[in-house]
Amino acid sequence: MSAIKKMVKLRIWRGDAKDGALQDVEVEANEGEVVLDIIHRVQATQMSDLAVRWNCKAGKCGSCSMEINGKPRLACMTRMNMFEEGETITVTPLRAFPVIRDLVTDVSFNYKKAMEIPAFEGPKDLKPGEYRMQQVDVERSQEFRKCIECFLCQDTCHVIRDHEENKKSFAGPRFFIRIAELDMHPLDTLRNRKQTAQTEHGLGMCNITKCCTEVCPEHIRITDNAIIPMKERVVDVKYDPIRWLGSKISKREGIV
Amino acid sequence: MSGVFSSTRAKISERTLRTDRWWLQPAITVAVLASFIVYATFRAFEAKNYFAEPLISPFYSPCLTARCPEGASLLGHPFGTIAIFGMAISPALLILIFPLGFRMTCYYYRKAYYRSFWQSPPACAVAEPHSTYTGETKAPLILQNGHRWFFFAGLVFNVILSIDAILAFRNAQGQWGHMSVGTLVLLTNATLLWLYSASCHTCRHTIGGRLKHFSKHPLRYKLWTWVSILNHKHANFAWISLFGVALADVYVRFVAAGSITNFYFF
Ligand code: SF4
Ligand code: SF4
Ligand code: FES
Ligand code: FES
Repeated sequence: MSAIKKMVKLRIWRGDAKDGALQDVEVEANEGEVVLDIIHRVQATQMSDLAVRWNCKAGKCGSCSMEINGKPRLACMTRMNMFEEGETITVTPLRAFPVIRDLVTDVSFNYKKAMEIPAFEGPKDLKPGEYRMQQVDVERSQEFRKCIECFLCQDTCHVIRDHEENKKSFAGPRFFIRIAELDMHPLDTLRNRKQTAQTEHGLGMCNITKCCTEVCPEHIRITDNAIIPMKERVVDVKYDPIRWLGSKISKREGIV
Repeated sequence: MSGVFSSTRAKISERTLRTDRWWLQPAITVAVLASFIVYATFRAFEAKNYFAEPLISPFYSPCLTARCPEGASLLGHPFGTIAIFGMAISPALLILIFPLGFRMTCYYYRKAYYRSFWQSPPACAVAEPHSTYTGETKAPLILQNGHRWFFFAGLVFNVILSIDAILAFRNAQGQWGHMSVGTLVLLTNATLLWLYSASCHTCRHTIGGRLKHFSKHPLRYKLWTWVSILNHKHANFAWISLFGVALADVYVRFVAAGSITNFYFF
């Protein structure tokens, strides 16, 4: 089929931290394009100063996160043929983070939270390069390594999206998968990850409503495979007297 | 103003810009759960038409008070008659807390009712109507961490309801080797309840999820992979088993009330 051109209607949020509004534009779209292509065309033809963050255009750098028709998505992975003929497509910056300009937000909250998670601590008697692990023992953690740090999960999580004041005490789903990755890691020796997940990183604030899982472009099963298993591990060390006692008597596996 | 209307966020006056019917799913959840609650409450207080030899309604098993008819009381009458203000309480109310607590603390039902009844959040990227939020960190919601106790109690109930299904391979005179529609109803109900329990997140954790080294526990790892497959469908089992319980009760009620006869295949 030859390229079919048509006009599409867009409403793009433009503004900065002080003020802003949705602006209507009409722009050409070609067969097979994604929302990011259309935004680039708007930038090239009508709004030369439109601010938008992007990098790979392949769904792998996590830069082009924005909200399209109200849903947190990667603009480079949102195909134009998803929309109805004649539908107006609304594009806004992420609504959980401070806006800098137009479609660009300040996501530094996430980098601060990343620094609060203690790093991997390997066994003291092994030097890097001497680590040996079995595939079955690392495969759970590997799912979480697919994360591209787009922060769509952080953006959609109502704990901070709807409650700015929770940002200080809540790490967010992206960092719960980080904690789970390390707690399930066969060679990680740091012992208090379960305790601190609850006391410092706000795991108990999550009410497992699964929006993070719904928006993750890497299809990481954040809630089922990281958050709920971590909640169960927290119960082992904090809320289950039998398990807790068992862990004092014999250092049973999985309880540390 | 907090949340998406905070001063640093992009100024947008709508609570959501979603254009799909995001309100449909929470609305359906409210309708279905509310209907179940109304029906189950009515049945728990009705205290009759729950036993028709050899069938017993899952709402009334185990039947533990002196009001329970002969044959319905697998475990005897350890509670005698319990009366409140001179009224003997329904045997269903005595055991209700276990299945109720199990489902109330279930990770899936929590998601379902937090979203639908409590609107926290009603749907993804739709601002919730509450001004403060502490999640599951404070009483009473911190008690959700006790899900595992209800899970184990649920296993006991599954055993009892499975025995009820086996006892249904008798005829109304108590002779073995018969099978009726009621047998199938109770068997299906018990099977669905086992699937619901087996797919539970606590089950997945207990059976192997809590281990750090799967390689040291090959059998538990194998079991964990099976439970994980079921766990993927936990929400489906949660709903189907709920309907299963309600339909099994409806069937026994009709038979006990004499509205239908329990058809025997042999
Ligand atoms: S499941 Fe928990 S972490 Fe994920 S979006 Fe919901 S509340 Fe946030
Ligand atoms: S977990 Fe998924 S949604 Fe969250 S930052 Fe990583 S890739 Fe993005
Ligand atoms: S531009 Fe890299 S993920 Fe979209
Ligand atoms: S998580 Fe649903 S029953 Fe345990």
